[in-house]
Amino acid sequence: MDERTLLCENYGMSSQTTNHLRTLIDAREICKNYGQTTALYNLSFRLKQGEILGLLGPNGAGKTTAIDIILGLLTPTSGEVRVLGKVPSRHRHSIASRINFCSGDSDLPANLKVCENLRIFARLYGVKHVEKKISALLKTFEIDHLGNRVAGALSSGEKTRLNLAKSLINDPVLLILDEPTSSLDPDMADKVRKIIKDVQVEKEMGILYTSHNMAEVEHLCDRAMFIHKGKKIVEGTPEEIRRHCSTSSLEEAFIKMVRTP
Amino acid sequence: MTDSLRRISTMFLRYLYLHKRSLPRTLELVFWPVTELLVWGFLTIYVQTMVEDSVSQLVVFLINAMIFWDILYRSQQGVTISIMEEIWHQNLMNLLVSPLRLWEWLMATFLYGMLKSLVITLILTVIAILLYHFNMVTSLGFALIPLAANLLLFGWALGVFTSAILLRWGYAAEALIWGIPFLVQPLSAIYYPLSVLPNWIQPISRCLPSTYVFEGMRAVLNKGIVPYAHYFAAFALNAVFFLVGAVFFNWLFKSALSSGRLVRLGMD
Ligand SMILES: Nc1ncnc2c1ncn2[C@@H]1O[C@H](COP(=O)(O)OP(=O)(O)OP(=O)(O)O)[C@@H](O)[C@H]1O
Ligand SMILES: [Mg+2]
Repeated sequence: MDERTLLCENYGMSSQTTNHLRTLIDAREICKNYGQTTALYNLSFRLKQGEILGLLGPNGAGKTTAIDIILGLLTPTSGEVRVLGKVPSRHRHSIASRINFCSGDSDLPANLKVCENLRIFARLYGVKHVEKKISALLKTFEIDHLGNRVAGALSSGEKTRLNLAKSLINDPVLLILDEPTSSLDPDMADKVRKIIKDVQVEKEMGILYTSHNMAEVEHLCDRAMFIHKGKKIVEGTPEEIRRHCSTSSLEEAFIKMVRTP
Repeated sequence: MTDSLRRISTMFLRYLYLHKRSLPRTLELVFWPVTELLVWGFLTIYVQTMVEDSVSQLVVFLINAMIFWDILYRSQQGVTISIMEEIWHQNLMNLLVSPLRLWEWLMATFLYGMLKSLVITLILTVIAILLYHFNMVTSLGFALIPLAANLLLFGWALGVFTSAILLRWGYAAEALIWGIPFLVQPLSAIYYPLSVLPNWIQPISRCLPSTYVFEGMRAVLNKGIVPYAHYFAAFALNAVFFLVGAVFFNWLFKSALSSGRLVRLGMD
């Protein structure tokens, strides 16, 4: 058997110990075409509760496309994805309160204050103790001094932290993060990784995580999946992927996979 | 149901927040209708003096029509500007991923549009009383309620159509926010009776609920009759517009989901 497929099938490996946990995302052979362009081809993967799965790949690989499909904002051309047991593009509302996301592509209204923004989303998600939750999140992300500032006045790193605070406002079971640390300074990026890890462990959250920072993925993710031109190339623990590519770091593995025709 | 109400009120408050710190936003709301009323009002007074009292009702017709037009316009704007606000601020994905349902969101924009209409109508009514001695409330009496309600409803229905287009075509369709009402304006027989329009346009005008509102308004002001047939036609047509609007919205939303335009609104 080809080593690649072996690794792909191995993705059950790290979940052997977590078999009793529920599957949060179950993607089966999803394809997405835009006319002649194939953005995703036969992508299958699973994400279980309490697990962080890194979604890696070069620019244009199809990561955001996969995320949009999981969020129910894009319908796949073929294949099926189930999120918390439901098809997101059809039953978005029955699962929305248990999911959240943070992406560099979206922002909170720049003309509302930080606390107003969080209050709105807390109320949309039906959060119980709104003010308590908001002040706790502001403190966690070290933006408690910015509560009364309009979101448009924040630096991009501060904005990112506000977006992250919003993404945790409903204590989601499934969290989707599209390059959440790209605008953070090294110190803050490190802190944010710790926060994410802490919350994830505490709430047994499942996280789908995209990042171009391989060191971060190695540090944070239980498993990673590498996609290129819409296809899955390899999947496994960071350690397995390194071994598969015979490299000493995930970064080298990344470069090797992208440059191998 | 209580969840829905909570989300609707949250979004309604979200749009009110916008006025809290933004003076230009609030001034803009008042500025255009007031200047328009001043120009129209004084113009009609001038025209009236020129043609003596043969058209003594002119000022009444025009000013009432102008205030009515603004009810329709503001109600449509309340919906579309709110939707566009989320697109401008790249907040669309956050909302669509949250438990907020599309109809709840639209409902909040309806309420916001209604509030805008109410505030403007009140201001314009007071100005008309002070400057032109025209009191819309006493002139129309009870008829004011069904007529104004139909304008509000039609504004919402047009808002649903425009919003669907905005969610599908994004920034490229921005001009329609202002364009659609002005397409409806000449067809609605606002400042002139339906009979003035060319024969081939009249059937089109008869398909718009607004036409019956303005015809009804003139029937009340002119002859003092209660235009039940006009009320009925306007309500019935509004129901049709809402139904078609909902289908249209759903259809374009679905197509935006599959073409990927919903998540990349700058493509057209
Ligand atoms: N609506 C669309 N129409 C046509 N092509 C599209 C559309 N959306 C995405 N694509 C194409 O699909 C491919 C995947 O895009 P996607 O945004 O998923 O990449 P990505 O992995 O997130 O990249 P990055 O790391 O740069 O964020 C790209 O080649 C892109 O050009
Ligand atoms: Mg991307």
